[in-house]
Amino acid sequence: MSGKIILEGKDLVKSFGGRHAVDHVDFHLNDGEILGLIGPNGAGKTTLFNLISGALTIDSGLITLFGQKISGKKPYTICRMGIARTFQAAKNFPGMSVYENLLISAQFGQKNVGASAAKTITDEIIEFTALESFIGKNIKDMPLAGQKRLEVARALATKPKILLIDEVMAGLNPSEVDEAIGLVRKINDSGITVIMIEHVMKAIMSVCGRIMVLHHGQNLAEGTPEEVSSNAGVIEVYLGG
Amino acid sequence: MSSYTIILFSSIIMYIILALSWNMFSAPTGYISLATAAFFGAGIYTTAFLGELLPLPLLMLAGGIISCMLAVIVGAVTLRLRGVYFTIFTFGLVELLRSLVLWAEIKFTHVRGRFVVSADHMTVFWCMAVLLILLIAAIVLIRRSRLGKSLEAIGESEDAAAHIGVNTTAVKVAMFAISAFAVGAAGAAMATRWSYVDPGIAFNSMYSFMPVLMAIFGGTRSTVGPIAGAIVFAYLEETLITKFPSLYMIIFGLIMVGAILFLPNGIIGLIKPPVMKLIAKLPKRRVRQ
Amino acid sequence: MTTFLNILIGGLIMGGIYAIISMGLSMQYGVARILNVSHGEFIMVGAFLTLTLSKAGVNPLLSLALTAPPLFLIGFLLHRTAYKRLTTVTGGGGAFEGNAMLISFGIMFVIQNIALMIWGSSPQGYQFLVQSVKIGGSVFALNRIVVMVIAVAVSIGFYLFLSRSRIGKSIRAAAQDPVAAALMGVKINRVMALCFAIGALLAGLAGVLLSMINQINTTMGMSYTVIAIIVVVLGGLGSIPGSLMGGFILGLVGSAVGYFEPSLQLVAYYLIILVLLLVRPKGLLGR
Repeated sequence: MSGKIILEGKDLVKSFGGRHAVDHVDFHLNDGEILGLIGPNGAGKTTLFNLISGALTIDSGLITLFGQKISGKKPYTICRMGIARTFQAAKNFPGMSVYENLLISAQFGQKNVGASAAKTITDEIIEFTALESFIGKNIKDMPLAGQKRLEVARALATKPKILLIDEVMAGLNPSEVDEAIGLVRKINDSGITVIMIEHVMKAIMSVCGRIMVLHHGQNLAEGTPEEVSSNAGVIEVYLGG
Repeated sequence: MSSYTIILFSSIIMYIILALSWNMFSAPTGYISLATAAFFGAGIYTTAFLGELLPLPLLMLAGGIISCMLAVIVGAVTLRLRGVYFTIFTFGLVELLRSLVLWAEIKFTHVRGRFVVSADHMTVFWCMAVLLILLIAAIVLIRRSRLGKSLEAIGESEDAAAHIGVNTTAVKVAMFAISAFAVGAAGAAMATRWSYVDPGIAFNSMYSFMPVLMAIFGGTRSTVGPIAGAIVFAYLEETLITKFPSLYMIIFGLIMVGAILFLPNGIIGLIKPPVMKLIAKLPKRRVRQ
Repeated sequence: MTTFLNILIGGLIMGGIYAIISMGLSMQYGVARILNVSHGEFIMVGAFLTLTLSKAGVNPLLSLALTAPPLFLIGFLLHRTAYKRLTTVTGGGGAFEGNAMLISFGIMFVIQNIALMIWGSSPQGYQFLVQSVKIGGSVFALNRIVVMVIAVAVSIGFYLFLSRSRIGKSIRAAAQDPVAAALMGVKINRVMALCFAIGALLAGLAGVLLSMINQINTTMGMSYTVIAIIVVVLGGLGSIPGSLMGGFILGLVGSAVGYFEPSLQLVAYYLIILVLLLVRPKGLLGR
């Protein structure tokens, strides 16, 4: 599975009012893998996603996608270059139907997507994420698991090469978590490289080929699930040393 | 038609244009602009400077272009600001332009105001009517276009829009500029109404507030709403403001407060279903899937 | 030296008054989330009440105490009626802020035009402490010195009240985190109405002070609203110390620019804010 490096961050720093949220972090993403990103609350995981997707600008460091510099670019450019993301607190278009949410993502996610192409993509994504039963519904009428799936579907509709998933399993019951794990695998099988932030350990351990641990905005450990779960530093952070 | 009627109609059309222009940008995006008076004033000053050189339609074009350029500059700087910051800024812009133009006039031309060429009332009326038709056509076309959809997405959630590939800044600036064009063109035509303008007349912040009130009173969710609101208030203004200026403004203020608190969908939202059916045939917001 | 003293005293007068009105607006925006555009009208009403009282023989200094309660009450009632209803209509959030500002525009028109009907549109004034005093070789009107002292004292005093007193602390708690404050037992709606009312009161005090040194007219409100907004943005929306500092900075800059080129005063203010919004969008001390 381990292909060449497609996304890389070097010496990334981001601080808010003097506090380093991301403190000299390095990371890389291999083509085709699922990278898990874990760490206690406030470790800088979501901030790292915000830096990659362009929602926040880095104070210093460099992020490259396929060898091309993307740090400093705007979110819409980064999206069109092939990185899509979900938000921890779902960010969608609440006044639009589920179908319209996906259609608009398909339309703007890549350059030169015409109306009919966008519809084709939308239908495809609806089937892929099994959202058929919600097509015409208002988002607020959907159950939580459906809303989380829509969040992933919206990102997929932009036709990304890399998908950043931020805690889509929080609040789901065990069978819904299993479904979500299945969806992540399916996304990965379709050729999309994934980075996921997740607190549900079962999910992380079962789908991720490699895991990166952040603590206080710094790299704490990195390796296969087995290596990470036996790492003394990680155990200390998680089990309260 | 008597010349009074023609003047009344022209000013109703003017307010419809201002209200629709405000609504086409502010309603979908949720950015409340108080810059209308700045663009209107830019149009007025275009005619004040070029009035003797160009015929009215070309003056309107020039006024539109100048307002448009002003909007691009202002928009590029301020549309990064969210919520009330943007509103404050646009409001301040009117005050700034008034002070700046006044200062420049006194410093360089040593006069406070200047005389404006007059135009035939009928010509002004027809020019304004054509502008209104073009504006409504533009609104309908934009609503169905990519631009319209991206605007709507920005209004729903700007962050979500940015992350699915919408160039939010470009979209906002473009729409702001288009709406400013119509306002500037209207200002250029209406400038001929005054024989003399000074910065206080041209950059009058009432031209920022009236369109907001008209659109909110009429209903911001449709094209008909701002038109209805503009007709009501343009007529009220014409009949009340000369006789009871203070009373008119008190009524204006009370209706503004009342409309926001008690008419969330404007008077259009109150009209009974049979009338709504009729209205449904007029251009309105795209039907949702 | 005379130039410098003129600018300094003018700057401290305006700075103190700007700080008072800006802290008032900051209370209204920082806690109640209302960017109150009718703020300047409360200043104007304070000024005209003082004028009317002084014609009836009341010392303007006494008006400071007399005009405060009614303006406080009007502010309180306005919040308990219009703005409270708006909270239920919009459900709070961004829609509340935008509409609250529009409502305050409506209120502005109402107050201003009622005042026009009562007091007319011509500039008016009264004589108060016009004897001159000599400071550092320059001559100043006594009223300016008195106003300077009061303005500086009131602005700093109010800041201390907010940072030291119990009420002040619960107000600051509500500003920082309304939900948590509610859980801690702060009656959030009451506090919001209180803050709005305090804002109106401070505007009234500023109006009383202004009437002692300047000619007043019923359309003066808006220019002070603009200044208060500029200061509040300058200091960071909702930051009280930011408003205090911003007020004095703007007062001194305005006094300096106004001394040399009066017509450019507002332009200077606007340029300050333009640059600031570009460089530091959250203001000097914004959170």
